[in-house]
Amino acid sequence: MAAPSHKPLVWLPFAAGGMLAAFVLPVLILLTTGFLFPGAVTYDRAHAFADNWLGKAVLLVLILLPMWHAAHRLRITAHDFGIHNDTAVRWACYMLAGIGTILTVVFLLAI
Amino acid sequence: MRQIELEILRYDPETDSEPHFETYQVPCDENWVVLDAINHVKDHIDRSVTYRWSCHMAVCGSCGMMVNGEPMLSCKAFIRDYPGKIRVEPLANFPIEKDLVVVMDDFMEKLKASKPYIIPKEPKSVDEGAYTQTPLQLEAFRQYAMCINCMLCYAACPQYALNDEFVGPAALALTYRYNMDSRDGGKAQRAAMFAKSEGVWECSFVGACSEACPKHVDPAQAIQLGKMDSAIDYFKSFLMPWSRS
Repeated sequence: MAAPSHKPLVWLPFAAGGMLAAFVLPVLILLTTGFLFPGAVTYDRAHAFADNWLGKAVLLVLILLPMWHAAHRLRITAHDFGIHNDTAVRWACYMLAGIGTILTVVFLLAI
Repeated sequence: MRQIELEILRYDPETDSEPHFETYQVPCDENWVVLDAINHVKDHIDRSVTYRWSCHMAVCGSCGMMVNGEPMLSCKAFIRDYPGKIRVEPLANFPIEKDLVVVMDDFMEKLKASKPYIIPKEPKSVDEGAYTQTPLQLEAFRQYAMCINCMLCYAACPQYALNDEFVGPAALALTYRYNMDSRDGGKAQRAAMFAKSEGVWECSFVGACSEACPKHVDPAQAIQLGKMDSAIDYFKSFLMPWSRS
């Protein structure tokens, strides 16, 4: 009997990142660029939001999950488009997400 | 009446080293489907053309082939929708048996392994009455039950094209269909095939299967829901080992 795959460990965060990227990120982009409720998101308010551990944790999840989702999605898309050098694609995609992760943590801690 | 140029892929493994195309001039009625045109060739031009068909009404699932590069039931592909010449080939991603006929063994094995039948939770005698089901319980799987095993989804699937170990859209959608049936208790028996790496996890959600399906089944959806279901089972097996069915 074939063992169940361990994919759920990485797939669940991936799926969660996809949900955030599809439903939350567009709204955040509209809010922060002022297309939706202009004036609602000011620098002071955004800064106050990110100035505590809860806000930082929320931002970390909001940024990291879609970023790793995008990295994995790009890798799979490359595969679907016939680029089968998976080692190179995997390194490129995940390294970008890794750099993004470090930058996100550094910038959030700096606030 | 319209004269069409019909290109048919011809291949006889006993005499040909590789497949080639032959072109036939076919006078078509405006209401004809591609299968009618092939039947005309078989009846009036070249009796050696080999292909499968049966019902001519998109029920049997036998006449699937590539029509101008797209997987189609040839009985559902109307001539009037193809303004230029029409090229028919056997279903992509399968070995050719002869001309338009493909070797179906791989799919048949996967279909069998997916146990696409109700495995009752506990046996029930006839005296105890029928297994009942509410309309809501039926809706949980009804669309997936429309599959006619025509294999168009396998011809459309880019993952199956790359790796034929992948269980593939129809077999996975049918597995999900029976897993979701309130009368069924066979999910654990199907998990070996469904939850393995070459099961639902090999799918990258391109969605070509759902577009190709002539019966409006959505195998891509079944597979994504199946991923969620398998993920829940996976974590449950650690957190609540006693819940293993």
